[in-house]
Amino acid sequence: MNIDKPPAMNPVSASRRYHGFAIAMHWILAIALVGIFILGHYMADLPFSPLRLKLYNWHKWAGITILILSAVRLAWRATHRPPPLPQAVTVAMPGWQTQAYRSTHIVMYSLFFIAPLIGWAYSSAAGFPIVLFGVMPLPDFVSVSKPLADLIKPWHELSANTLAALVVVHAAAALKHQFIDKDGLLDRMRPGRS
Amino acid sequence: MNSFFPTTIGATVLALLASMGASTAQADQKLLPAQSEITFVSKQMGVPVEGRFKKFDAQITFDPAKPQTSKIAFTIDISSVTLGSPEPDAELPKAPWFNTAKFPQATFQSNSVKGLGGGKFEVLGKLTIKGNALDAVIPVTLVQTGPNTTASGVLTIKRLAYKIGENEWADTAMVADDVQVKFKLALSGVGKF
Repeated sequence: MNIDKPPAMNPVSASRRYHGFAIAMHWILAIALVGIFILGHYMADLPFSPLRLKLYNWHKWAGITILILSAVRLAWRATHRPPPLPQAVTVAMPGWQTQAYRSTHIVMYSLFFIAPLIGWAYSSAAGFPIVLFGVMPLPDFVSVSKPLADLIKPWHELSANTLAALVVVHAAAALKHQFIDKDGLLDRMRPGRS
Repeated sequence: MNSFFPTTIGATVLALLASMGASTAQADQKLLPAQSEITFVSKQMGVPVEGRFKKFDAQITFDPAKPQTSKIAFTIDISSVTLGSPEPDAELPKAPWFNTAKFPQATFQSNSVKGLGGGKFEVLGKLTIKGNALDAVIPVTLVQTGPNTTASGVLTIKRLAYKIGENEWADTAMVADDVQVKFKLALSGVGKF
């Protein structure tokens, strides 16, 4: 054993970590997505009240903000190669896990856009156009139509619930790497300096 | 007694004839509900939300040549209000909003009509909503469309002055005080102007 070489199981070195911007986006959006998901389910059951009206508008503003941040994040991701998985991890992972990891990420990224866009469409169809932060009216890309709104509504919930389920799978997999495999994979996305 | 009866009958007949004559002239001027609409736009946290009243009627005696002699009485069946979605529609008839059980109708009664030229008029009168009677000036533009006349206009009312949206709903940061009311009324028998 060569003691000059870092042991295979050592925490991932700085160059193997995600870029600071990618890490920041990951955690900001993680918190935002958990928050908006809980808010969405909470507000939907409220009786007609100023609180309900307020929360619905906050939910829409947060959703549009998440949509914009996701676009920035995707643009960054498309132009900045993420660090490759440590060899120790790729070697240890069965093929189905590699596939699951790739498809989970693709579907999660898709839903970062699909869920808010369906929500936006629902809001427009229901006749309540989004006015971002109460000052910036956003365009309606579908027309006001009650039947259309009824048609769209379940898909917003379904897309959000699917994203939530994938977030759980994603977090569970990360925790499995951290506490069962103990391969230090989480260090790549850990906030703070390396 | 003997002389009283004929006089009374004579007067009654005269009055009847007079009222018939008057009502014939007025009957020509009618609101055509199917081609008319009253909508309003309120702002909820900056979001314009459109609503409308489905049932309304008007009694109009309007002479475009002599607008000052005109009389306009307007009635809106408040329970016909809709925002187009079931949740708010269930709330609007309740006490904090329109309290339709107690105030089923909103009315407008003109006091004077001023001709501004070019088919434009200014109707001054009392607008009563939810039992609150306030002076209102309604701008009206008349356009002849075939045999009928379309009267349209926009006026902005302050909802809190009429106590529409009380208690927790009085906060204008949630629902703006200004409500824009738009009307387009098709009238028959108004005649050329």
